[in-house]
This record gives sequence, C-alpha cells and structure tokens, in this order.
Amino acid sequence: MKAIYSLILVLALVVLATLGAGAAKMQIIFAYCVPGTAFVIFLVGFTAKIIGWAKSPVPFRIPTTGGQQQSLDWIAQNKWDNPSTGPQTAMRMLLEVLTFRSLFRNTKVILRHDDGKNPIVAYVSAKWLWLFALLFHYSFLVIALRHMRLFLQPVPQFIVAVEFVDSVLQIYTPIVYQTDLLILAGAGFLLARRLYDAKLRYISLVNDYFPLLLILAIALSGMYMRYIAKVDVMAIKDVVMGLTTFKFKTPPATIDVSFYVHVFLVSTLLAYFPFSKLMHFGGVFLSPTRNLPNDTRMHHHENPWNNPAIKPHSYEAYEDDFREPMFEAGLPLEKNPEEAA
Amino acid sequence: MKLYNGGKIITGLVIFLGIFLAPLAYNVGKAAYTQPKLKMPENEKECIESKDFMRTKHMQLLNDWRDFALRDGTRFYVNSKGKQFEMSLQKTCMKCHTNKAEFCDKCHLDASVTPYCWDCHIQPEGLKK
Amino acid sequence: MAKILKPDEMLRSINYTPPATDWMETPNDLSPGRFAYPAKLDKVEYLMHEVPGVFGNPRTWNPSDADWQLPPNWKEIVVNGFRERLDKYRSLKLFMDICVRCGACADKCHFFIGGGDPKNMPVLRAELMRSIYRGEFTLAGKILGKLTGARVMEEDVLKEWFLYFYQCTECRRCSLYCPYGIDTAEVTMMARELLHLVGININWILEPVANCTRTGNHLGIQPHAFKDIVDFMLDDIETITGKRVKCPLNEKGHEILFITPSGDAFADPGIYTFMGYLILFDAIGLDFTMSTYASEGGNFGLFTNADMMKAINGKMYAEANRLGAKWILGGECGHMWRVVNQYMDTMNGAMQGPQMQTPVNPITGTVFKNAKQTKMVHIAEFTADLIKHGKLNFDKSRNSNIIATYHDSCNPARGMGMFEEPRYVLNSVVDQFHDMPENTIREQTFCCAGGSGLNTDEIMDIRMRGGLPRGNALRHVQEKHGVNTMACVCAIDRATLIPLADYWAPGVSICGLHELVGNALILDGEGERTTDLRQEPLPGMEEE
Repeated sequence: MKAIYSLILVLALVVLATLGAGAAKMQIIFAYCVPGTAFVIFLVGFTAKIIGWAKSPVPFRIPTTGGQQQSLDWIAQNKWDNPSTGPQTAMRMLLEVLTFRSLFRNTKVILRHDDGKNPIVAYVSAKWLWLFALLFHYSFLVIALRHMRLFLQPVPQFIVAVEFVDSVLQIYTPIVYQTDLLILAGAGFLLARRLYDAKLRYISLVNDYFPLLLILAIALSGMYMRYIAKVDVMAIKDVVMGLTTFKFKTPPATIDVSFYVHVFLVSTLLAYFPFSKLMHFGGVFLSPTRNLPNDTRMHHHENPWNNPAIKPHSYEAYEDDFREPMFEAGLPLEKNPEEAA
Repeated sequence: MKLYNGGKIITGLVIFLGIFLAPLAYNVGKAAYTQPKLKMPENEKECIESKDFMRTKHMQLLNDWRDFALRDGTRFYVNSKGKQFEMSLQKTCMKCHTNKAEFCDKCHLDASVTPYCWDCHIQPEGLKK
Repeated sequence: MAKILKPDEMLRSINYTPPATDWMETPNDLSPGRFAYPAKLDKVEYLMHEVPGVFGNPRTWNPSDADWQLPPNWKEIVVNGFRERLDKYRSLKLFMDICVRCGACADKCHFFIGGGDPKNMPVLRAELMRSIYRGEFTLAGKILGKLTGARVMEEDVLKEWFLYFYQCTECRRCSLYCPYGIDTAEVTMMARELLHLVGININWILEPVANCTRTGNHLGIQPHAFKDIVDFMLDDIETITGKRVKCPLNEKGHEILFITPSGDAFADPGIYTFMGYLILFDAIGLDFTMSTYASEGGNFGLFTNADMMKAINGKMYAEANRLGAKWILGGECGHMWRVVNQYMDTMNGAMQGPQMQTPVNPITGTVFKNAKQTKMVHIAEFTADLIKHGKLNFDKSRNSNIIATYHDSCNPARGMGMFEEPRYVLNSVVDQFHDMPENTIREQTFCCAGGSGLNTDEIMDIRMRGGLPRGNALRHVQEKHGVNTMACVCAIDRATLIPLADYWAPGVSICGLHELVGNALILDGEGERTTDLRQEPLPGMEEE
C-alpha cells in the first residue's frame, strides 16, 4: 500500500511536468525556475541539517569496537575496526564511506526447527545487499559526474575519461552506459527486497519507497531521453549552461518534453533530500559510533555539559551509616564511634 | 550559536558546497554559452535527411549504414524523399562535410562524445586539421 | 516464575513472518511474563533524594493495570525531555534522522532471533521512538502523519516503550552491522531516561542502583557482611590450598585498589572467580586493597540515566583518593568495562587525586599506556601480561577435565574490544579450548539476554528466547568438541548463562576466567590440592 502511494506520487510528478512543460508551454519555469529553486533548497537545507547536528555535542566517546583493542604491545591491534588514533579512525571512516564495510559484515539468520532433535540457528553470509547498495551508489556517482558534460564548457578531461570508461563496451547506438544498467539493477534490487521480504515490507514507509521510485523514475526518464527519444543534446546543453552561467534564454523548441520531466524529477529529489533519510549521505560522516577513536582510557574526552555538582554518595555518609557494625567487624575507620559521638 | 567539532564539520561543509558549486565557479566569467557554429558545405544546401533528423539521429543512421554496407552488402540508401545515396562515410558524408574539426568535432567536443568512427576509418590526409 | 515452554516447543513457536496488522496498530501485550516488576516505592524515593532530576512519580503501580497513575503533565515531561536530549546528544539526533530502514540489523538481535516479534528488530525498536520524533518535532511528520511513519505521544506509546526498551540489553550487536553505526543501545538509554522521568521503571535495576548508592554494591551487602563473606572465602582457599592468603579491606597506603562486581562476592560461580583473584594476588605478592564503600564494579546506573551512572561511578576515584591508591585494577565484569572504557574519565576524570599515576604492573614493569588517562586496568590485561612475562607457574593438569569455550561479553567486546587477552589467559591454564562458531563470538558475540538489568526471573520466557543464539552456538561446540565449560568475564553472564545453558545446552557449566586461573596457579608454600575451587575432586583425585 505504501509502495503504491509512492508510485502514484511519482507518476503524479511525471504527469505534472508533462502537462506543465508540454501542454501548458511553461518551459522557462520548468527549465530554470524549478531546478534553480530546488538546487538552492538542497544546498541550504543540507547545510542547515548538518549545522543542526553540529549544535548537539557528542558527550561521550562511544565507538562500536569491531576488533581487538590497543592494549599490550604483543597483542596485535585491529586498527581499522578498533582505531585508537586519528589516522586509524580516518581509515575506518574511509572504508565505511567508500566500501560500506559494516554492511559487508552482513549475515542472514537461518532457523531450522523441523527435524526436531537438533535445532539449528545458523548465520550465513549475505552480501547481496552490500553488493547492490555499492553498485547503486557508485552508479549514481558516475552518472552525476557524467552529467557534468552538460554543465561545464569546455568539458574537462576527467569527465571525458569517465564518459569513455562508462561506455567502453560500445554496445548499441547511442552507446549504452554501463552505469545506466547498473543503477537499474541496484535500485531494482533495493526495491524488490523491500517488496518481497516480509520483514522489510513491515518496516518500510512511504519515506522509503518514494525516494527509491523517484530515483528509478529519474534513471528511466534519462534513459528514455537518450536511447528512445534521442533528444537534442546540444540544445539541452544550451539550456543547462544558461542555468549555470545565469544567462537564461528561451529554451529551444526542439527539446523533447522528456527533458522537462527528467529535470522536474531531479528537482524534486534535490528539494526532498535535506528533509529525508537521504541525509544519511551527510550523517554517515558524523556517526559517533564510527568517527571516534576508542581511546578514552588513554585521552580525556570533554563533555560540555558534564555536571561537576553530581557527586557520589560520600564515604563520610557511608561511614556514618555503618560505623558501629564496621567497628565491630574490625574494619578501618576514619572516625571510631567515640570520636563520632 | 555554538557548534561542537565545528572546525571539522565546517571544513566538511565547505568541501561539500565546493563540490556542488564547482560547476558554477567553473563557468564564472565565461561568455554565455552558445551552440557551436558548424561550418556548412558551401555548394550543397540539403543533407540526405532533414536537419532535425540529422541533429539527433545521425549516429543511428551511420550505425545502420555500417551494418548494411559491411555486414549485408547493401550499398545504397534511399532517403525519405526517395533519393538514393551510397552508404559511405567518406564518399557521401565527407564529400560535403569536408572538415572533421570544423563540423563533427564541434558538437562532439562540447557534448563529450567520442564516436568510434575513426577507430576504423582513416581521415583522408587532406581533411586532417 | 511463570512456567515457560520446553526448548523444542519454544523453537517451534518462533515465526519470523510479521503479523498482518501494521506495527502501529498492533496492541501491547502486557500479560504477566512480558515485563519485569516495577521498582519499589522506597527505592525510587531514596534515589530521587540522592540524585535529583533523574527519577519521578514514585508510587506503587502494576504494568498489567490499565491505569499507570502517570502525572497529569506526563506528555509534556516526556516531550520536553526528548527535546532536551536531542540537544544534548548528537547521537540521538543523528540516529533519529538518518536510518534508511535497510534492515541489515533486523535479524541481528538475539531477542528477535529467539522470538520473532517484529518490534524486537532493532530498526523497529528505534522506530518506536523515531515515529514520535517525526510526529512531535518535524514539520513533515506533523502534516503527513502516519503516512510518513509519524505519530504523537500517547499513553499506549509509553507502554510500548516500556515493553520494548526493556527487551533490549544494550548489547550493540545491531550497531556493528549498521552502515551508519546507528546504536540501538543509545536509543534505548534515551528512552529509559524518559520513562524514568514519569516513574516507569523496573525494580531489578532500581534496587541495585539504590543499594549501590547506599551500601556500595548492587546486592546491598553491608560492610561487616562483606568482610564476613571475604573471610569465608579465605577459609575456603585455605582448605583447598593449605595456604592462608590475604584480602585487605578499606586499608590505606596500598598501591592498587581492586574493584570487582559484587556478584563475585555473592553467589556461585562468581565466588570461585573471586577466590581466583585472591590466589593470583597472593602468588605475585600484590600490594592491593579492596573497599567495602566501592565494593561494586558494575554500574546499573548505566541502565537508568547518565547522571545516575556518573554518581555511582564516582565512588571508584573517590575511594582511590581516600585510600591513597595509585591506580585501580578492575575485575571481570561486562557493563562495568563499558562504563570504565567509554564514560568514566569523561564523567569523573576530574576527581582523580594527584597520587594517581599511569598504571604499571609492579611485577613485570609493564606500563599500561592504554590506561594512562583512566588509571584503570582490566584484570585480563593484567594477568595476560603476567603470564607473558613468565611470572606465574601453572599446573594445567588441574584443569584437564575441562573442555572450555569462551563467551565474549557484549560490553568488553563491542564497547572495548578485549578479545585476545582473555583467550591468551584461558589457553595458558586449560589444555582444551574451542571457540564457538565465528559469527557468534568476538565482535559478533551474542548477548546472554540478561544484560542491561534484565536478568530477572519474571521474564524468563523473554530471556530464554533471547538466549537461543548463544545457547545454540554453545550446544554446537558441546556436541562437536565435548565442551563442558564456558568461561566468561562478566558477573551478569555468570548469573544468566547458567539457566541459559541448562535450557539450551544442558551439561555445560559456567565459570569466570580467574576461577580457572586460580585452579591452575601454583602458590609458594601451598599444600597438595585434591579439589578445585568448587571443592570438587581434581582430575585423578576422584577416588580419594
């Protein structure tokens, strides 16, 4: 049900852009105003969210330790999973952000209790989520970089190289980008497991289906533009460059309506981003269980709201409470009963 | 407003904003972009198909030509107006569009497209520039 | 104690398919056996007096009743408390915002694996709180409501929190697998803090906290009784080894203050571990004292509120200062080491007196550089260092009847990373050691299902379900290698793993690491031993 709501929402966006830019001829709004505004919302919203997190302190140093600590010299420390210095922690973060190391650990529980006598709970390797998540995110990155050919003039060599590698298989005309297929596979897998795994279906919200379907729609509309509609790329570059140089002009009439649909969906994603779970992009860098060294036995960590007024129940009060029996038991005292009396 | 670990977080934010604003910065001060002016043939006004068709679908046409000519042995193309052309990049296309640098490369550079025509075809010496 | 299912019946009852009703529509099941008993009135009142602002609404109440006798402004208290904690903890704010519900954590929780209740999936446990965050603090949530997983604070939500945040042992296994490191322990801690504000609590936590505050230990052992217990153990050690060892109490001028969980002084099999410590200290002639005022290593305050944890923890430094100890040696305890390793210096480091120094092993000269700030060393680190330097003489044959495995306690595993030290010690004192399967040990270890104050008998069904992953792994090595003993470095484990093993892997006994050290260690001037520390015949002595 939540998936259907999300699908309807995404389709509504497609229809809105088709009608707006196509039938109502509001190309200027859809080519410049909408993406421009969305981009500003994205940057400001993203920054505000990060600043919002930065306003809360990290009172305690609580890394989740995933390996052997630094202790005695002859015991090998697992420096990447249980870092005790800044560079080691940076390495842990790099691996986390670039290779999804925690997700790589993933296992799946298998419970067999039919054979009666010997119940087995097993944990089998489950790397599919890691693999497809990685494919999805890296495809997204490459696709975003590739699009820079439309935003930059002259096109830098780096972007040309990305473009070349991504189309190195030279299949079909226009040449198919591998990442176009991979992002469909990645997003498709992420969507399919949400729909087919009962546990995941149970926890999934509109907030989960909507961005996934939106990104799928963006990918599909982009592919439609390239492989089916064969849009006028040079006219589109003209419009996009107008946007990035703030020199707006009437969009050439040769541009297919699918361009406006694609841009509108991307704009929606940008504007939605800062207010959604997509902020995991910024949040992963700030997670206190990952970005801190496990070193609070070695170095002091300051809690800004530590309250020095909170004191333990004092020894004096304790001795006052138990002085007589302590005296009788022969335990050492600060004041013996006569002195205290 | 008090930020905690502000130095690191602001640095991160600056990098983030830097990356996302880089396209704008890259283009700052440059003249407004205009689509490249192509050097059109002087003695031929009409291409084998309409201008719009050629703009967006020439790659498909060339691809088909290659398949027909090299794989099926069909050497002639009849256009939408019934006129016949030899399927040949060099003999037909480049007869009019004599200058790769002034014609093909103009858009391909801007759109960062690297067609593999020239992996097999050798540019005629006279057309090199 | 409610009667619970037999193991095979329990296994058959596990179903991972969620119910047809959406989780927000699934009603709370507050029947007996589903929750631990609430705290006694006098304990709450005492603690409100000792640490103001942490606990509230003292009363006698029953979770099975419809009316929980909440204060009229309870909603305001909870929502304001929530807001305050969002401003105090970046972890909470972040964890409320960035979860993508990928579900990697879903089948990592022992309570889910053994029970199948979807609200025990860590993602959904956190969602219980996240839904309120959306509904009360975000604009989208306020407008779009349930569609976006948002809801507002209601009494049923509070009851749901009570049920499920007391079915989390704060073991952090889910956090290990989370691609963003979202730590359910952190969320549970915050939820429990909020519940305490309006007087929703459990006795199994608050009574130890109150006891620890007044008598110095969770079990409420008063100083003279503590001395009796220690004397009793000294007698037993003399009976077993023929040698009278020492255990100074509250004495000034010793180099080291030794603090261990009071569970080790109280019951089997902890007392054997305690005896193991004393034998070890005698063997190396350690200059130490224990304290009755700081006679608790554990810190149930961790399971209530950060301020309460700080107040209890402060006793360690206060007593080290009063007695003039240079550093503190800590015994085998799980959550004690989470507190010592990740909270202690931050909270109470300023209390350290000038006499405290970077810990140095007086026997080997090893400087414990990794403890230079807290001045506190784990006994497994200490003993491993002694063994490495050849300072201890063992007769491993005294443990030759033992085929051991080792249970990594959650907190020293995922809140510290102590894996090799105890294994090194264990391998030095027993001949036969077999680890459990790799997905169930070290950083991936499974909880005993009684951590974070849940080792109480009225929720035995929940505990045994949560104990399934550990129990099944134990059963595996029992059948494969004939393992008959599981060693651990946690006092709660030593209490909870016994019923767990009896239930899921009958025939395996539980012991502390230093019980096995004490068995094997040869003391100068000891007599011939015929029994182990449990006063059962040593291998080869059965006939005599």
